Amino acid sequence: MFAVRNALCVGSRLSICRVLRRGCAGASIPVDDVVNGLTEEQIQLRHSVRKFYAKHLAPHADEIDKTSDFPGMRGFWKELGEMGLLGITAPVEYGGTGLGFLDHIIVVEEMSRVSAAISLSYGAHSNLCVNQIVRHANEKQKEKYLPKLFTGEHVGAMAMSESNAGSDVTSMKLKATKKGDYYVLNGHKFWITNGPDADVLVVYAKTDPEAHQKGISTFIVEKGMPGFSSAQKLDKLGMRGSNTCELIFEDCKVPEENVLGILNKGVYVMMSGLQLERLVLAAGPIGVMQAVIDFAFPYLHVREAFGQKIGHFQLMQGKMADMYTRLSCCRQYLYNVARACDKGHFNPADCVGVLLYCAENATQVALDGIQCLGGNGYINDYPMGRFLRDAKLYEIAGGTNEIRRLIIGRTFNSMFK
Amino acid sequence: MSGRVLVGVKRVIDYAVKIRVKPDNSGVVTDGVKHSMNPFCEIAVEEAVKLKEKKLIKEVVAVSCGPQQAQETIRTALAMGADRGIHVQVTGKDYETLGPLQVSKILAALAKKEDAQLIILGKQAIDDDCNQTGQMTAALLDWPQGTFASEVSMEGDKLKVVREIDGGLEMIKINTPAVVSADLRLNTPRYATLPNIMKAKKKKIANVNPADLGVDLTSRVEILRVDEPPQRQAGVKVETVDDLVGKLKDTGRI
Repeated sequence: MFAVRNALCVGSRLSICRVLRRGCAGASIPVDDVVNGLTEEQIQLRHSVRKFYAKHLAPHADEIDKTSDFPGMRGFWKELGEMGLLGITAPVEYGGTGLGFLDHIIVVEEMSRVSAAISLSYGAHSNLCVNQIVRHANEKQKEKYLPKLFTGEHVGAMAMSESNAGSDVTSMKLKATKKGDYYVLNGHKFWITNGPDADVLVVYAKTDPEAHQKGISTFIVEKGMPGFSSAQKLDKLGMRGSNTCELIFEDCKVPEENVLGILNKGVYVMMSGLQLERLVLAAGPIGVMQAVIDFAFPYLHVREAFGQKIGHFQLMQGKMADMYTRLSCCRQYLYNVARACDKGHFNPADCVGVLLYCAENATQVALDGIQCLGGNGYINDYPMGRFLRDAKLYEIAGGTNEIRRLIIGRTFNSMFK
Repeated sequence: MSGRVLVGVKRVIDYAVKIRVKPDNSGVVTDGVKHSMNPFCEIAVEEAVKLKEKKLIKEVVAVSCGPQQAQETIRTALAMGADRGIHVQVTGKDYETLGPLQVSKILAALAKKEDAQLIILGKQAIDDDCNQTGQMTAALLDWPQGTFASEVSMEGDKLKVVREIDGGLEMIKINTPAVVSADLRLNTPRYATLPNIMKAKKKKIANVNPADLGVDLTSRVEILRVDEPPQRQAGVKVETVDDLVGKLKDTGRI
């Protein structure tokens, strides 16, 4: 039993390296999907995408972080398309897979476990862009944009924030003025995930600035439209390799038929999309926490001090217990909210609550992971620093933790009005 | 000719899992341990599905022997492209002692029942490392065998198999029906895509009892004791070649 198994895992012979990369990228801590209440197909989905990422993404994850670049992104996107992962929540008639948010979450979680950065880009494509088009576009728009987004030929993005409109997003300044049968967009967008790479972008702009948030409309903007350009790629603390940039609109002409949803009702498109964005985004911190324990727990059982494996010291046992239970609670919360959303029940406080809770715990678990590795946790030969830098993003993106608390607090305030 | 291929798929402890021996040395710990399809069986499934895509065969049937969980392994094969599954229910004591001979008897009986033209198996499973089932199945059926295949092609009703043997490759041509066992380099198994996982849900898995096939599962092997491999001892440094030769002679290596 041990001979071939060791050969498969250690891969000392050249010929078996292929198998090595598929399954043995470090001994991982099992995810108990019976406890998680997943269906047989969902368990199989996790298994299948995990194998796929282990071969096609894991070998590049550290390099992507170091260089803040993923040269193989386009190819990887097409492979995701072949796997049917780019339109999970989109209906089958448009070439989607017709599944639910929990399925989408499993895919995001497993990708974040390998590379949170690329998973963030994947989320921006498959959720922020694709899911908004699926939910609000008319037939003609769907037929035009969805197929290439599903195959991975096109990369998608969504642009909401501006340098002076983050948490207070409805104060955005990007202006869209109607001229004949098209709109002219002037202004900018900031911190746009996939900005440098995107072919199709869902963009929010003010069509009636006087009406404030009631004057926001949504546009589908294509790369190459006159007057549209992307500016410098931002140098980020974490999520490196998930390209982020500023978008510039200088008399950008967008045809009238590219208005997504109803004119001046963009704030509803935006806010209802945000709920689901937060839900799917919360799979990121789960994946990062899993990656931390995948790496830290085996380490605790290799490293020795005072004549024993450090994992057998009570302080380290306590750490393992805390990290594992934090992860497990977050995962249960997320899966339960996702199941409710799949049934059509959207509780705004929980969609935002789950991201608030997962994000804070991910930062804590990543810090604990560094502590488990001691000096090794602090050097970049180990990925623990990457996990922490990536984890911190979730406390900021998709509405900061402060805004999330505000939203949850307000739902209770409104009960006592 | 039926154009039907049987593929054996075995559920084993996942190859990334560290194996632990039970405290009473009766076997290894399997409870709560991640299982998956034997990697060589994945290669066998891939080859069968490829033959079907080339329209050289008509149907791929995935077979697994074991308890209820064996159906998960069959589902994986269905998601990879097999057309239907057969779950041979073997549980309890029978499952503990299920070995290559018993599985071969089951496969041989199913091959006749299903009128199979070809059986493709992994060359060995990564749990017991037996490497016997393919050979035994061929013997029981009195069919030709192409073991350790690194290339399989069909020429008329003959099968061309390139075999991995000590010192190189051997090409053989065999008549069908036949048994082929897959070596590591035969192909790269595909991933089960999300749409195919959903399609697999609708494919049928038939339940079969070994008794219905007239197969006797009695084992002739008794496991006395299972132990961890011995810990590797630290080496020693020697000063000269003479010392080295002397040490090797002392330990009886040369």
